Amino acid sequence: MSSTEPLWEVFIRSKQGLDHKHVGSLHAADAKMAIENARDVYTRRMEGVSIWVVESKYIHSTNPDESESLFDPANDKVYRHPTFYELPDEVKYM
Amino acid sequence: MNSKAINIAKKNLVDFTLFLADSSLMMGHRLSDWTGHGPMIEQDIAITNIALDLIGQSRNFYQYAAQLINIQNDKKITEDDLAYLRDANEFKNLLITELPNGDWAFTTTKLFFFSAWQFYFYKQLIYSKDEQLAAIAEKSLKEVTYHVRWSSDWVIRLGDGTEESKSRMENAILNLWPYIDEMFVPAAFEENLKNSVSIDVNNIKNKWIEKVKSVFAEATLSIPEKMWMQNGGKNGVHTEHLGYILAEMQFMQRAYPGLEW
Repeated sequence: MSSTEPLWEVFIRSKQGLDHKHVGSLHAADAKMAIENARDVYTRRMEGVSIWVVESKYIHSTNPDESESLFDPANDKVYRHPTFYELPDEVKYM
Repeated sequence: MNSKAINIAKKNLVDFTLFLADSSLMMGHRLSDWTGHGPMIEQDIAITNIALDLIGQSRNFYQYAAQLINIQNDKKITEDDLAYLRDANEFKNLLITELPNGDWAFTTTKLFFFSAWQFYFYKQLIYSKDEQLAAIAEKSLKEVTYHVRWSSDWVIRLGDGTEESKSRMENAILNLWPYIDEMFVPAAFEENLKNSVSIDVNNIKNKWIEKVKSVFAEATLSIPEKMWMQNGGKNGVHTEHLGYILAEMQFMQRAYPGLEW
């Protein structure tokens, strides 16, 4: 049965969290079933309080072969980091 | 109240608690048979989760019943004695809970009928004068709300599905319908506690019917014609299934009394 059902990626926001994290994937016939399946499979141990599901085909990702040209150039550009300004004492704990 | 009246009141309360415990345990136990056999991994996990929820509910009720029984007895018992050492004619579960699982259509419809009953029952039971029962009802209501949602979803998918799924659903409904009436016919212990501890099941019958009708409408299914209704579970008169269930469920405790993990 699951070979004809689409694959969905599941993202869960934990109780203390701010962002939804990717926790895995599952098969389901439609969005409603995907949410229920995610609730049953991925929140058994109180892992989260909010669920997002997205059909896997709608997630687009970078190609590992292209990692060098996409990510390496950022490695040696320290002037892009916000670490050179010294905060005055009055706002030290900003 | 003299002590005889107190004993009778106590017996009603114990019987009522056992009725709720046994019903949850039997349904949970039957559903657990799907472990490893679900049609898809996600549904296998879903239905075993539901089975665990129900067994957990039964434990709350059994612990309370044991507590009540122990007040007047020297030999102290536990929840395990009540679940594993009573015989079939002492069990008070609704008959629908001991029926076999059949196919997925039969199981999900059986669960839908039972969960919808539990939902309206517990929604009233939270107002019970017995604080412990009210508390158990409140906690169980959240789980049952999800059970109703999950099972009604399957009733709709299968009812409004293929020709095969629809005919399996119609078959399931016809075979389950004789067990519906019992949910709304009070046993003596329910009647005796009606205005304090227990609820008036007549109050929830219409709500249950409306819920079933609305889900069936979406599922393009219909309610069967009036038919002969089965009865007796609440009074220890059961179908032939219960004996087999208990023989398997109780074997270890009866063969090796006091056995622990």
